[in-house]
Amino acid sequence: MNKELKILAIIIVLVGITYWGIEPYAHSVMHPHHEPATFAYEDLKPLKVKGNAQKGAQAIINNGCTGCHSIKSQNIPAPMDPVSASASYGVNPPDLSLIGAVVDPKFLANFIKNPAHAALLDHKFNDKKPYPMPGFFGSEQDLADIVAYLVSIAPKEVSEKEAFEVGCGRCHNLRYDNWTVIGEKPKFKSKVEEADFELKLAQYEENLKNYLGTTPPDLSMFIRSRGPEYIRDFIENPQKILHGTAMPRVGLTEEATEKVVAHLEKVGDRKKDKRNFLGIWVIGYFIIFAVLAYLWKKKIWAEVE
Amino acid sequence: MAHFEKANSVYEWLDQRLALDKLWKVLAAEYWIPKNINFLWAMGVVLMTMFTILVISGIFLLMYYKPDTKLAFDSVNYTIMQEVWFGWLWRHMHAVAASVVFLVIYIHMLTGIYYASYKRGREMIWISGMLLFVTFSAEAFSGYMLPWGQMSYWAAQVITNLFGGIPFIGDDLVIWIRGNFYVSDPTLTRFFMLHVFLMPIIIMMIIGLHFYTLRIPHVNNQDGEEIDFDAEAEKYKAGLKKEAKVIPFWPVFLSKDFFVLGVFMIFYFYLVFYHYDFAMDPINFDPADPMKTPPHIYPEWYFLWSYEVLRGFFFDVGPFSAMDMGLIAFGIANVIFFFLPWFDKNDEVAPASRRGGFFIWFWLLVADMIILTIWGKLPPTGFNAYIGYVAAVGFLALFAALPALTAGRKGLLKFVIATTVVLFIAGFLEYTKTLGNGFIITLLFLVFYALFFLSPVIVKRVSGGAR
Repeated sequence: MNKELKILAIIIVLVGITYWGIEPYAHSVMHPHHEPATFAYEDLKPLKVKGNAQKGAQAIINNGCTGCHSIKSQNIPAPMDPVSASASYGVNPPDLSLIGAVVDPKFLANFIKNPAHAALLDHKFNDKKPYPMPGFFGSEQDLADIVAYLVSIAPKEVSEKEAFEVGCGRCHNLRYDNWTVIGEKPKFKSKVEEADFELKLAQYEENLKNYLGTTPPDLSMFIRSRGPEYIRDFIENPQKILHGTAMPRVGLTEEATEKVVAHLEKVGDRKKDKRNFLGIWVIGYFIIFAVLAYLWKKKIWAEVE
Repeated sequence: MAHFEKANSVYEWLDQRLALDKLWKVLAAEYWIPKNINFLWAMGVVLMTMFTILVISGIFLLMYYKPDTKLAFDSVNYTIMQEVWFGWLWRHMHAVAASVVFLVIYIHMLTGIYYASYKRGREMIWISGMLLFVTFSAEAFSGYMLPWGQMSYWAAQVITNLFGGIPFIGDDLVIWIRGNFYVSDPTLTRFFMLHVFLMPIIIMMIIGLHFYTLRIPHVNNQDGEEIDFDAEAEKYKAGLKKEAKVIPFWPVFLSKDFFVLGVFMIFYFYLVFYHYDFAMDPINFDPADPMKTPPHIYPEWYFLWSYEVLRGFFFDVGPFSAMDMGLIAFGIANVIFFFLPWFDKNDEVAPASRRGGFFIWFWLLVADMIILTIWGKLPPTGFNAYIGYVAAVGFLALFAALPALTAGRKGLLKFVIATTVVLFIAGFLEYTKTLGNGFIITLLFLVFYALFFLSPVIVKRVSGGAR
């Protein structure tokens, strides 16, 4: 018995060393460590003045925001359909109904003021090739009012799916959830309708590709291919993890990011709860099996040893 | 025609026609195994169980999998993982079993080497076992391609490309294997065929052969003792169970195996449910993209050691190009174990611990293979490349030295050592050229060398070692 335990110990040590080398150690070499996300957006300056939401309602129209952005909750429609908008700007400008609920207010203010800078895309955009959304040249008070207004019209609570749609859904498909960059794929009544949708989607994706230089990946399996921590840290600062990437920093709050991650988990790892639950029972079964087998073995071997 | 009496029961009816009693005796109740064994002797049953799990889970997956580059990824990751009832469980069990089956194969192999269970009449057991290793490798490689993820695609690209190194026919061979000029739909469909039909059938036949090869020479025991199985079996049947040196396969041998199996299954299912990333690499959950090369391409862990033997030769030595040397070394690494019974010139059957220099040889081999495995995954840059080089040369040197070591032929051993020295000097020169300071690499060589030289010295001193 002693000898068998010794052999087992040797095997466990050798397998342990090998495992450590090819998994934790190799991955730490291949994916250098980075600081975890804080969602503080410390490189950005906070606003010095307090905003007034009511004034903001007027300011947002006066400053021309609604010339490109819809605010559906306030009955302000989109000036263009997504495909035409993407042809003009590269990507469909977001509806602003929920933006105050998922984007950090400080980030929002900075983004409105200088979008490329806040998005960490200074390396891609400059005077010759300006960011599609112009910077804000109004007063700081106006800016604060607009931000206050956007926060005031946003619901207190958004769903996980909404957080994903606002934060990621205009560039990333999520085909396992039927989501496309131009919205939810509807049930088609005819082949013509379907072909029409596919054409629109293809046009939008083509515009997006020209704008970004690459097609953003479908995120359906990202929860398995990247894992929650990577996604979280990547959303907070894409450049820190993938230097030079075309993905903008979108400024999601920590809470909204967790919702996006939760949504991706629901879509890409739907059976997680079942897996965690069933595992205990199966392992429990084999513990009982092993105990019974050991007792049986002892009984049988008592006759021969 | 033989005479048949009227049967009194279904069993008797069958027994008259199929000789069930006799069959059971031959296969189990009077199939004799030495009593002097430890749990390492249960690995065969563990492997058989793992293979059964692979076949059964594979059948379930096969019902939903679609071998088409456009459909494969989603059929696995959406249909099977999310839509099919318990599809995720079958897939996890299949993927994890495919990985841990190699862990058990390696333990099984090294057990065979340690206890010298490959010689003195047991050569066919060893060879059929090695055939299983090779066919399992082909099965694993073809299966890894099926989910059509990034690593499926790029590993297939890199590995099929290796055949291009074969003189004269290389380029044509690569196209023939791929069914196209690059890895694409015809590659996937033919590897699908290999994975679900041809390889499993060949494996099942070789498993049959492997079991059969055990019949005549019998299973080895912990002390390499030669047992008269007929005489010992008579003792056992006469009721002298405690005195007999053998036990029947059923129930005595299997009762122990079931316990070992139970413990192993706890470990296996823990991996299936809670720790599967090592077997289901996250990067393979990105769909295959021929336009996007992943920053790190590596095979599954069980191929890393031979992959590192290939990669270890990364600079030209005199007239030999790095690529050619690597391919030759890789070719040797993949077949060398087949020849172990003939490389070991000493015909003594005993555990390595009683075989002097062979004991050191064995543990050097294990250490070298672990180093090759770990450095096979690390990026081959800077100092890592040299560790790979030393380990790859070391692997070949270990096998080259084995005949001389076990036959006690000093001259031959010196020749092997001299060749190794030349290769190490080449590594040293390359190292000083690129990294400037040869101190660490020299130290590394010296450590390896000290160990290498030690074994013949110890052989001389320890009795029972090579003569």
